[in-house]
Amino acid sequence: MPWTKFIAGNQDYPSEVQEISDDLRKITYSEAIREALDQALAHDERVFIMGQGVDDPGGVFGATLNLHKKYGSIRVFDTPLSENALTGIAIGSALAGMRPFYCHNRPDFLLLTMDQIVNHASKWSYMFGGTAQVPLVIWSVTARGWGSAAQHSQALQGLFMHIPGLKLVMPSTPYDAKGLIISSIADNNPVIILEHRWLFKQTGYVPEEIYSVPLGKGIVRRQGADVTIVAVSYMTMEALRAAEKLASAGISAEVIDLRTLKPLDEEIILNSLQKTGRLVIADTGWKTGGISAEIAAIVSEKGFDFLKKPIKRIACRDVPTPASYILEEEFYPDINDLVSAVMELV
Amino acid sequence: MDEKVSMPPQVLTELYTLMLEIRKVQLKIAEYYPEDEMRTPIHLYIGQEAIAAGICANLNADDYVFSNHRGHGHYIAKKGNLNTMIAELYNKETGCSRGRGGSMHLVDTSVGLLGSSSIVAGGIPLATGAALASVFRNDSRVSVAFFGDGAAEEGVLYESINFAVLKKLPVIYVCENNLYSVCSPINRRQPGQDIYKRVEGFSIPACSIDGNDVIAVYKVASQAIDDARKGGGPYFIECKTYRLTDHHDRKTGVEIGYRTQEEWDEWAAKCPIKNLEGILRAQNLINNHKLNEIENAIDERIKVAFNFARTSPLPDRNELYKYLYS
Repeated sequence: MPWTKFIAGNQDYPSEVQEISDDLRKITYSEAIREALDQALAHDERVFIMGQGVDDPGGVFGATLNLHKKYGSIRVFDTPLSENALTGIAIGSALAGMRPFYCHNRPDFLLLTMDQIVNHASKWSYMFGGTAQVPLVIWSVTARGWGSAAQHSQALQGLFMHIPGLKLVMPSTPYDAKGLIISSIADNNPVIILEHRWLFKQTGYVPEEIYSVPLGKGIVRRQGADVTIVAVSYMTMEALRAAEKLASAGISAEVIDLRTLKPLDEEIILNSLQKTGRLVIADTGWKTGGISAEIAAIVSEKGFDFLKKPIKRIACRDVPTPASYILEEEFYPDINDLVSAVMELV
Repeated sequence: MDEKVSMPPQVLTELYTLMLEIRKVQLKIAEYYPEDEMRTPIHLYIGQEAIAAGICANLNADDYVFSNHRGHGHYIAKKGNLNTMIAELYNKETGCSRGRGGSMHLVDTSVGLLGSSSIVAGGIPLATGAALASVFRNDSRVSVAFFGDGAAEEGVLYESINFAVLKKLPVIYVCENNLYSVCSPINRRQPGQDIYKRVEGFSIPACSIDGNDVIAVYKVASQAIDDARKGGGPYFIECKTYRLTDHHDRKTGVEIGYRTQEEWDEWAAKCPIKNLEGILRAQNLINNHKLNEIENAIDERIKVAFNFARTSPLPDRNELYKYLYS
């Protein structure tokens, strides 16, 4: 298989690399995504990219910029809206041996595709006893702020985490954005990647060569002893800022970036909790029935004896996203919520 | 009748054999179903055999088919393995879906049947996507989506046709209009009963034919599939037909009152198999001896398949999670 060597050679670079070496190549998050797609297209002729606006002048926030010029409008093509049918079309092409990468600029529109994702893609391998497989990637970018409001800002990872047969990926660094896309394209199962718009401008170390970051493995972004903050996606950045602030108050916070929600790296959470005994879970989505609820449930089943204090959950308030910025500030959790939560635990 | 004479005799015999096999398998399933050993909802294809047979007789082994909840006929017509199909109905590990799918989820990738969806219209975009893969590879394969009249009430049909026409995909949409969605007649669900007229607005070649006339199905399928294979794009075929059994029962549906005996009798008289048998006899292409030979061979295959299914092991309960991921 053309992807084996990248998966076998998983490079998992430590978070400290960024700080210790200034002469490593740094590019933006969106450039890292684009580079992953560019290299995947070059590497495997079964890979193709589809989605509304993938060939437009902005290239879906830069992620697909000009790839259609390099690989042609057959392999990188704009689509009709028809999100549900197009998802089924991507699945059908995957069943027939292709490796589609389907881009959506907002996950809100994935709600139109739930029949094909949940009833079809996620079930095909199991329902047919492993005789057919769906190597499909669905990629989408959650927005935040500037009055994006209720239908253009949803973080729907809780819905997808519920569904057996899917894989669910939420990167937070340029290095991971590239490496996790490579792993997702190489995977033989349907993978949902939920990006966060506020990460796209950050820069970081990204090797030029093609490489993969393993699905199902979290990473410790900052070592700590007093409290564990388990975060995903953009909340990892808020958690690192909170940890910095807490350090100046003499509190040592460990920050875990889950990177993949399905499969979930339970071990990295429980290992950290065993050390700190205190847990804060930080999500970009809603609290009720969301990923923070699931992680808290797993910890109470498997790590109850490690807990010195009740679990704290930092998530969006359970209302549709409001437009007015004053209400947005109330709706979204931030560094202050994290710091307050930690202060209540120590 | 003149048109019918022009069909090569071996094709007519092949179609007859195929339809009879589908019918006989259905009847055997219906016969054994009350034993409660096939613990899966059964949707019989009795009365609609001409459609699967007439379409699939024009397909190559590596052409793709996507089926639906009423998929037994499509599976047999595409030459899926009968043993593993029956084993699937018996919930066995040797079933085509390893006992994970059941009657509504038949598959045999070795003959291009890439799966069956029991979500109405769910397989339509999948077949469209498989056709897209053929365009990428330039491999001349054709994809077929089988679906019922209920699928014409789902938006995904029109979304798929829009894309297939746009990209000129080699996909054949086969609408088996059997007039009922469970117990609901089409005139209570759709304005106007000619589904094909509704899709013509997409500039897709579309037609309506007598779905109980296997020769008519074969001929239109032959042209549509040939065109698609040569790059002519998609085709929509509406086949007017009738399921002679209830939605998922061996009864007729008349007993519970959603259709009349008169209507049922009218369609029973249009049995596609008896129809073709009459033509074959009139042309002296078949006699009682030949008919017996065909029947015996089918009966033997069915016997072997049911024996295989009954004697196969159930899945291992420790393998509940197996196949969740590929």
